[in-house]
Amino acid sequence: MTDRELKLKSVEYRQKILRYIYHAKAGHTGGSLSCIDILNVLYNQVMNVSPENFDDPGRDRYVQSKGHSVEALYVVLADLGFFPEEDLLTLCRYQSPYIGHPTKKVRGMEQNTGGLGHGLAICSGNALAAKKDKLPLRVFTVLGDGEMAEGSNWEAMMLAAHYKLDNLCAILDYNKQQITGANADVIGLEPIRQKVEAFGWVVREVDGNDVCALADTLQCLPFEAGKPSFVIAHTVKGKGVSFMEGVLKWHHGVPSPEQYEQAMKELEEARQKLLEEVVEA
Amino acid sequence: MLDKLVDTGKKATRDGYGAGMHELGKVNPNVVALCADLVASLKIQEFIDENPERFIQSGISEANMMGMAAGLATGGKIPFPSTFANFATGRVYDQIRQSIAYSEKNVKICASHAGLTLGEDGATHQILEDIGMMRMLPGFTVINPCDYNQTKAATIALAEHVGPAYLRFGRPSWPNFTPADQKFEIGKALMLSEGTDVSIFSTGHMVWQTIEAARALEKEGISCELINIHTIKPLDEAAVLASVAKTGCVVTAEEHNRYGGLGDAIAQVLTSNHPVPQEYVAVNDSFGESGKPAELLPKYGLGIDDVVAAVKKVLKRK
Ligand SMILES: [Mg+2]
Repeated sequence: MTDRELKLKSVEYRQKILRYIYHAKAGHTGGSLSCIDILNVLYNQVMNVSPENFDDPGRDRYVQSKGHSVEALYVVLADLGFFPEEDLLTLCRYQSPYIGHPTKKVRGMEQNTGGLGHGLAICSGNALAAKKDKLPLRVFTVLGDGEMAEGSNWEAMMLAAHYKLDNLCAILDYNKQQITGANADVIGLEPIRQKVEAFGWVVREVDGNDVCALADTLQCLPFEAGKPSFVIAHTVKGKGVSFMEGVLKWHHGVPSPEQYEQAMKELEEARQKLLEEVVEA
Repeated sequence: MLDKLVDTGKKATRDGYGAGMHELGKVNPNVVALCADLVASLKIQEFIDENPERFIQSGISEANMMGMAAGLATGGKIPFPSTFANFATGRVYDQIRQSIAYSEKNVKICASHAGLTLGEDGATHQILEDIGMMRMLPGFTVINPCDYNQTKAATIALAEHVGPAYLRFGRPSWPNFTPADQKFEIGKALMLSEGTDVSIFSTGHMVWQTIEAARALEKEGISCELINIHTIKPLDEAAVLASVAKTGCVVTAEEHNRYGGLGDAIAQVLTSNHPVPQEYVAVNDSFGESGKPAELLPKYGLGIDDVVAAVKKVLKRK
């Protein structure tokens, strides 16, 4: 996919995230908008996974450790053809499989998540199994910055380095905020790079809302043979909608009709601008 | 007595917890609140505003929060660690078991969003096993209040109680019908309405469902004795046995898996002392899903109709 196509996908995914959260009157808006560029690049540019090969044991794996940003994952999986996008009109509704956190009831999902601090250990196990089976697959997870306070993540990090899991890549959606406030005010992570490096991982930092930069970084996995890879993706919570960016209440805020209209207008303008650039090019 | 059980306006039980903590902040300087990044959900902002030096934010590290609570108790504090019920129990069971229960620490674990009624977040967040897990821990007190007023009173009572305790409450607005000025007695069952045909023992949000069911059954000439078991452990065995001696059959109702919860606690007392027919109103060994409480409760067998059906079934077995 070209850089422009990737950028266009991100804008369209943001529109869809808002559409379905607005319709459901529930969802984790800020975090989904923050991590969508990461998911876009993973699924459209990096990972070898699709509805066609989803039952193939050699497929790449993705587990969303920050399960609450499930809306971002839903719109990407729908776009890849795992299920009809209209299904998301039932998001968070009674009897819908499209619940508020990832579940394997939805095709394309590898793992049920929701409680935080689980994803990295699961991915480490998956990566270790692949090593033992000599399968060339890679395992990816997106971690939230708030959940880095979970001790389980650091236990998994020790293990992954010990077993030299260079088929494992963890991406930190580092939007610097969690439900109560700034990470720095709740439980600070810094210096996160040095901490992760000290645990034996190779770390790269990238603008996590820049699909081109993300694609460049994730093309060179593993960063070093014999070591797990960690990407600190610097992101903005609520990215793409002016009045949501960095504003805490959008952690799980649902837009009013006026706010929804305004947000969709902004995103549509961004989309049109990209389309014009494509024509000019 | 049924007509005296009136909803004075819906309020969330978690707001009752927040109000109880607010009160404790004023009256008990040893009370310390801890939270794993869910201050707004646990409704403890007033406590924090008035007692900032008595609040410890653990971030999203529940195991660490339970360990710190144990340490604070060693130092003579009365810690109230709080988060969602699944993260407050199953997630950190070994920390609770070893550092709090086995070590006999005076820690009050306070858990919101218990059961199905938290709604949209779905199964990972809807714990239905916590009463069972917590009542298995030696020495633990387990309380599941039924409304805002009772939750507030229970929170305040816990600060006076010595020993580890688990207080379980919920997210949604729910009928508030117990007295605002009640004194909460840990381990003492609450007689809500006397009756002669069947004893209904219920806990948490399900108490209101049993009240509504009893009203419907009364119209059919069936007299229900309603007893609120807010403290599941230690269980008020005398109250259970006295009621059963009169009615001769039992229905239990809880927002919990049918294994390990209130129903089993009552059944243990009955089998050892006075075996009678019993029907469970509980979740039939499954996980939850997204939805509104009004949708989820009937689907999982916790509707008013389910209570009515359980009563009719147990009466036939008498
Ligand atoms: Mg964050």
